[in-house]
Amino acid sequence: MIDRRGGDETVDVVLRGGTVVDATGERRADVVVRGRHVVAVGPDLSGDVVVDAGGCVVAPGLVDLHTHLRQPGKEEAETVESGSRAAALGGYTAVLAMPNTTPAIDCAAVVREVLELGRDALCDVHTSGAITVDRAGERLAPMAEMAGLGVRLFTDDGTGVQDDRLMRRAMEYGRGLGVTLAQHCEVTSLSEGTCMHEGEWSSRLGLPGQPAEAEELMVMRDIALARLTGARVHLLHLSTAGSVAMVAAARAGGLSVTAEAAPHHFTLTDACCAGYDATFKVHPPLRSDADVAAVAQGLADDTISAIATDHAPHAPEEKERPFDEAPPGMLGLEYALALAITQLVDSGPRMPLSQVLARLSWQPAAIAGMERHGRPIAPGAPANLCVIDPEARWTIDATGGASRSRNVPYVGRTVRGLVRHTICEGEPVVLDGEAQR
Amino acid sequence: MRNLLAVGDLSRDDLEEILEVTDAMVEVSGRAIPKVPALRGRTVVSLFYEDSTRTRLSFDSAAKRLSADTMSFAVSSSSVSKGESIRDTVETIEAMGMDAIVVRHRSSGVPAQIAGWTDASVINAGDGWHQHPTQALLDAYTIRRHLGSLEGRRIAIVGDIVHSRVARSDIEAFTRLGAEVVLVAPPTLLPPSLAPWHVEVSEDLDSVLGELDVCYLLRMQRERAREALLPSLREYTARFGLDARRADRLRPGALIMHPGPMNRGIEIAGDVAERPEAVVTEQVANGVAVRMAVLFLLLGPGRHTLDGGDTRDRVVDLPAVGADRAAVPDPGDPPDGASLLDPRPEVEA
Repeated sequence: MIDRRGGDETVDVVLRGGTVVDATGERRADVVVRGRHVVAVGPDLSGDVVVDAGGCVVAPGLVDLHTHLRQPGKEEAETVESGSRAAALGGYTAVLAMPNTTPAIDCAAVVREVLELGRDALCDVHTSGAITVDRAGERLAPMAEMAGLGVRLFTDDGTGVQDDRLMRRAMEYGRGLGVTLAQHCEVTSLSEGTCMHEGEWSSRLGLPGQPAEAEELMVMRDIALARLTGARVHLLHLSTAGSVAMVAAARAGGLSVTAEAAPHHFTLTDACCAGYDATFKVHPPLRSDADVAAVAQGLADDTISAIATDHAPHAPEEKERPFDEAPPGMLGLEYALALAITQLVDSGPRMPLSQVLARLSWQPAAIAGMERHGRPIAPGAPANLCVIDPEARWTIDATGGASRSRNVPYVGRTVRGLVRHTICEGEPVVLDGEAQR
Repeated sequence: MRNLLAVGDLSRDDLEEILEVTDAMVEVSGRAIPKVPALRGRTVVSLFYEDSTRTRLSFDSAAKRLSADTMSFAVSSSSVSKGESIRDTVETIEAMGMDAIVVRHRSSGVPAQIAGWTDASVINAGDGWHQHPTQALLDAYTIRRHLGSLEGRRIAIVGDIVHSRVARSDIEAFTRLGAEVVLVAPPTLLPPSLAPWHVEVSEDLDSVLGELDVCYLLRMQRERAREALLPSLREYTARFGLDARRADRLRPGALIMHPGPMNRGIEIAGDVAERPEAVVTEQVANGVAVRMAVLFLLLGPGRHTLDGGDTRDRVVDLPAVGADRAAVPDPGDPPDGASLLDPRPEVEA
């Protein structure tokens, strides 16, 4: 990764009064940060700058495996800067940019461009690389060249690699490089021309739907190919009960298969499409109640290891097009944590908060190979932290926050859990809910 | 109610109300000069993103018989073809002071989107596979004229249900008015879920024919065979086409209906379309009257009657054009029952 800005080496910042929660457990402790690192953790610590963490949880910064930063190519919807600001406000200290930009992130030159743009961002910006040239699904992209710049995860996200043989070769080649192959699971011959989940609502609304099986067939194939090749495979934004069941079986069978789920897939159903508001159009589509419950349960029992936002900004005029023509995607970075607490802790599977943080921070960090993120909070660890007020309730508004776009499907929802401070590489990038630059 | 977007938004009473007003409009349409001043000073604009000469002419004719000013936003030769968004187009139309926008679009939901962007009344003239409410109203009206009522009547809708806004609208209107609906189609042409509706399903047209009051045939589009929804049109016709042999098995008095345009020789045999039981042209004629009723109820003195107010006993009084020389266009609402002969009151009741 390119060196980014960090904290001041001459100033001790103390996060005072909070409860530290990380992969090792939970304890009341203050945390002192100097430069880029944590230098002390314990009771009653002091420093030059005191940041109030009273009543709050101090956790490793969140890590998003699935962010569409839209740069290069769609700067009217988002930029690396605006997206990273939204991330920091959402408690994220690292994001993994998806490669479906224009041009696609499919070679070293574009990887370098995105990393360069991320140098001054408000969080660590990592990038994935495309599996195939221009994400066209025809020829392998130069994966080794990109891996040499630190790319650890490859995907054609936005579309799945349709060709079975090509995907097999990508997995074999990727295994040799020690990288992870991530799939947007969608068989296009079953999904082409569709704009929502196929079922009662698509029938009623007269919109072409795609069945759950459009996702599940590719989940099934990629699990089979993971078995064949021994590659590390990560399945993006799972949305169906059948997918969750197949991943559970694959993991029980010892395969290196991980999965993520997006906040909207454990929060919203296809009934949200009733008003033809394309804000609710997303790929994979919002599914049934049973699917939503299965995704939440999959997160609770760790079948699904990560909550990933699939933050997908689109300009308002794009989302005002007819439902079937509008681009898919919704914002997520500033809402994921609160939605997870509201949907997974306060209702649904009633997970402990520490497990939700595992899915949002250290488990995705491990999947992406981000060694400076998700680490236990101890002296010497990189100072990538977030401070969360878990009791604060707030109502999501339509502004879109720091994003350049406003495609928020949660407007009016009251949620629990507010990010107060975010420390990235020792730098307080968010204090009291305000971005510092 | 300000808009007509979907049949599902209408209660049974609303439907009955529209059909009753349609009776009055049929009477107007039968006059030597089929024109009344009910909507003088109102402006109705048609915004058709999808070609449909029939429906557009029908709405245009309906508005003109009510003396509304009509305009047509020619999508293909306007700013739309230069990339203007629907919202910008609608806001432009609204700024010109239109009272109603009649919309057709190939995408489901566009009329509902437009209704969120304008204060004008929005009338859905067909959106994607979703709804075509005035078609359902004219179909229900046509059935009622012949059979008295839809209550307890058995109606088959045959053919490409999944892609049909006519089917979705008809199912909702017919069942709400008390009819039993049976859908006759192969599974490839049915919506993936039928849970939203109270309907029966059959794959065997021959087995349902003898019990029908209405056999409603949908247009079969030729490209469906290419989409692997059917082996061939020939096989479709063999299984689901209404040929003379099948038509002979209909009960006496049973109606044969079609929304048009017909594919003769595919879903309906040419000679069957000529039988007296086939009321296709009557459907078209009733379409104008139904659209007059809708415009009248949404824009005219009958405005708000679809809001649940009890106006069932109110006489729809429609004097001829020229009988109301004293009347001037007035944006205010006349009191219910006010004759259009009367000068309009200056203040609202």
